[in-house]
Amino acid sequence: MGRPNPAITGTAIEGELGPGPHGPGAVPSNSARRSRRSRYAGRIFWWLIFLIGFLYFFLPLYGTLDFSLKSKPFGSAYTAILSDSGFVSSLGYSFVAGILTIIISILIIVPTAFWVRLKYPQLRPFIEFITLLPFVIPPVILVYGLLNTYNGKSLLPLGDSDTGLNVLLVAAYVVLSFPYMYRAVDTGLRAIDIQSLTEASQSLGAGWGRILWQVILPNLRTSLLSGAFLSLAIVVGEFTIATFMSRPAFAPYLNIVGDSKPYEQAALALVSFGITWLAMILIAVIGRNSRSQIKVTLG
Amino acid sequence: MTNAALPIKAPGAPVARPVRRFGLAWLGMVPFLLFAFLFLVAPTVFLVGGSLQNAKGTFTLENFANLFTPQIMQTYENSLEISIVTAVIGGIFGLLLAYAVISGGLPGILRSALMTFSGVASNFAGVPLAFAFIYTIGRAGLFTVFLKSVGIDLYNSNGFSIYSKIGLEVVYLYFQFPLMVLIIAPAIDGLKKDWREAAENMGASSFQYWRRIALPILMPSLLGTMILLFGNAFGAQATAYALTGGFIDIVTIAISRQMRGDVLFNPNQGYALAMGMVIIMAISIAGYSLLQRRSERWLK
Amino acid sequence: MAFLELTGVQKRFGEFAAVHNFDLAADAGEFVSFLGPSGCGKTTTLRMIAGFERPTAGKIVVNGADITDKAPNQRNVGMVFQSYALFPNMTVADNVGFGLKIRKRSKDQIKKRVGELLELIHLPDKASRYPWQLSGGQQQRVALARALAIEPQVLLLDEPLSALDAKIRVSLRNEIRAIQRQLGITTVYVTHDQEEALSLSDRIVVMSEGRVEQIGTPFEIYNFPSTGFVARFVGTLNVLSAKVIDPGAGTLEVAGQPIRAAKPISGGHAGGMITVALRPEIIQLGSRADLNNLSGIVDDVTFLGSIVRVRIKFTDGSGVISFDTFNNPHLAVPDRGTAITVSFPTEACLVLDQAEAAAAAAPEDLDAA
Repeated sequence: MGRPNPAITGTAIEGELGPGPHGPGAVPSNSARRSRRSRYAGRIFWWLIFLIGFLYFFLPLYGTLDFSLKSKPFGSAYTAILSDSGFVSSLGYSFVAGILTIIISILIIVPTAFWVRLKYPQLRPFIEFITLLPFVIPPVILVYGLLNTYNGKSLLPLGDSDTGLNVLLVAAYVVLSFPYMYRAVDTGLRAIDIQSLTEASQSLGAGWGRILWQVILPNLRTSLLSGAFLSLAIVVGEFTIATFMSRPAFAPYLNIVGDSKPYEQAALALVSFGITWLAMILIAVIGRNSRSQIKVTLG
Repeated sequence: MTNAALPIKAPGAPVARPVRRFGLAWLGMVPFLLFAFLFLVAPTVFLVGGSLQNAKGTFTLENFANLFTPQIMQTYENSLEISIVTAVIGGIFGLLLAYAVISGGLPGILRSALMTFSGVASNFAGVPLAFAFIYTIGRAGLFTVFLKSVGIDLYNSNGFSIYSKIGLEVVYLYFQFPLMVLIIAPAIDGLKKDWREAAENMGASSFQYWRRIALPILMPSLLGTMILLFGNAFGAQATAYALTGGFIDIVTIAISRQMRGDVLFNPNQGYALAMGMVIIMAISIAGYSLLQRRSERWLK
Repeated sequence: MAFLELTGVQKRFGEFAAVHNFDLAADAGEFVSFLGPSGCGKTTTLRMIAGFERPTAGKIVVNGADITDKAPNQRNVGMVFQSYALFPNMTVADNVGFGLKIRKRSKDQIKKRVGELLELIHLPDKASRYPWQLSGGQQQRVALARALAIEPQVLLLDEPLSALDAKIRVSLRNEIRAIQRQLGITTVYVTHDQEEALSLSDRIVVMSEGRVEQIGTPFEIYNFPSTGFVARFVGTLNVLSAKVIDPGAGTLEVAGQPIRAAKPISGGHAGGMITVALRPEIIQLGSRADLNNLSGIVDDVTFLGSIVRVRIKFTDGSGVISFDTFNNPHLAVPDRGTAITVSFPTEACLVLDQAEAAAAAAPEDLDAA
């Protein structure tokens, strides 16, 4: 009569990680059977909720797909997209705007969040308040204010030229990215012990630039990436600001293309949905990797 | 940390500069503050200032007083109604959905699927969303046609129209409930198994646990998130604009019309309209952070 | 007849057997500890008594009533969780009164009982505080009061002190014991801390890998461990390899020096190697003709407060042995490198079987103590 294989029991933790009170092999009593029945009833209810959500989510997508495929010959709406110079140029414009947004946002948010955490915690509520302002001031009001503040009569007449409007657009997008980017960076900074990392690099002789660039930034990679993809998704889909600044961005293009090419419009709507989806999946994948990394570090 | 690139000096490299104190370190925050001032605070201050002036530039509260005309009040009312309805319905359904995949005994894979989808859908506002719904429950939409084939005429029997308030609400819900799922999921996760067991241990039924413990604990997050949903709908412009072509009477569209100089062009009146909106948003965000703080304390 | 009886209780999670055959009969008012490393099944057993896990086989009887299939909320068994599990949305008073509210007691009754209990745990002025306003030790005392409020037949404590600081751990430990004595409530206490188990319990159940290794009073468990696991897990231990000289007479050789065991060696033959365990506190400094003697060189001296632990290296390099001596201001601490002889009685030699010896030789044994 041997002991149980220590290799097996050694890996198992206390029973609380087991499958719960109704694990396999339990002898069902009357009360147990009753509670099981109500459990199944509950599960059916939850499945129903999920099903409603599922239908609500997929019906519009299916409707769009169905409509886009009505073009003759079959699938021509999609092939037309690729040869549509308006599509390519507007999407390109939005992507460039998005990438500029991300770069600027990172450059100004990371040092700020870093200093607030490390040295000026008393400024934290103030900085957080500023980063939350874009929730209070929706895009339509932001663009309203920006265009009026920087019109031709102002000291900084950005609203007067194409270049100026491009600058203003990216600036507005950076502002829109504040809440997401700050949150992501701040969470990332909380996860690493920046105090010790900073002191360690200082004691090894690093200056501030090197600390930020070579120590803090690499450790923030995952949070920066998730903030970046979220910002990109927002910028590529942004309609209000781009429209009022008359910028040749993707969403305004999508809005007007339907007048002449309804099927293409449907195809484009799906494609833009796919882009958002891709960005979110990337965030999820990055998030998962970062978790496993932390596990390796701790274990 | 796998990628902690600690700088390693080669032997013989010059001795590092002495560790500097924080003297000029605050300079790192200047770009952010400057940027926020130029492109966030200044435009808002401009609107505030404009709303308190008349066309000649003298101080007046007239623009705000003028907001209380039946027409503008109706506009605000419509916006409020749409925002409250979609926040409450989206909030409740989002909560149920999040609970279903987290604690409802559904397969684990559905949870990550729902989370990814919610990330997508909560950002899927604007033009493509509006069109997706037109193709589906518009007058000739797929679902409308299907309902007609089984004898339900969506557009005749009950006056439904995708271009109306109800239509807008149906469309808004598409990004409202996923946002609820995203924000409320951590709170549901924060409900400790020990709390349920402690309650059971003291004789509480499942219903008593929910009524006296789980719901009260979730309530701040629940209300807070609903406020966030409210603000989300209240500030939305693109979806409504793309859906109705600018012909629905809500605040964001009214502001758009002012900007285009369409109706009764009066910039100062437009600024007041915008400020009214900012004030409502500010109140709701303040309420949100208040409730958020309480729930963080509980779920610590 | 015993008050709390577990008969042949088993728990399997799929292929994995978390608890094998668990038998226990605890008397009314007894304080029983389940002691063992994490993963030994002690918590699972406790959760079966509380009703959160359903036994795969076996029977649980409290006060003559079979509760094996009862739902947790029908059992009237009080439980204290490691994480306190206080309801964050309720004040201290509401937490303590929760079980009574569920039982539909009148407001006055609840108020009176809550007052008594807060008195009992010395927190009468904290009734209207919220859990997040209390320290960990205070929270756990409130959790204890909450569990006691329903006048449970059995009180269950699942590692209630392991989330607390060392100092508070000891004072709260004594408080738990005092309250338990005062109320005379039958108590099951789960812990991985041998000191807690030894100081609190009337009886200890030592568990390992889902099995009961030994049930006995703290005195029996510590002084007469029935298995190598118990000897190793409870207290600290020297593990020496010894050559058998004469199994019948119990004579052995450690590092070339002869010693004797009190009993004949059953598992070894002349010339074979066996493993002997020795408690450090039973060894004393200096040689004595009537005892076993071992000589070596002082390798290290560790100051542990009330005691001083001295490690001795055998000159032939075959290992080390540690012994404890009480600290006092006049203690002459031996210097490193001095030759030294220690002695211990023959009955102190615990002969381990080979499987146990392998486990006992795990390096954390003495150093982790």
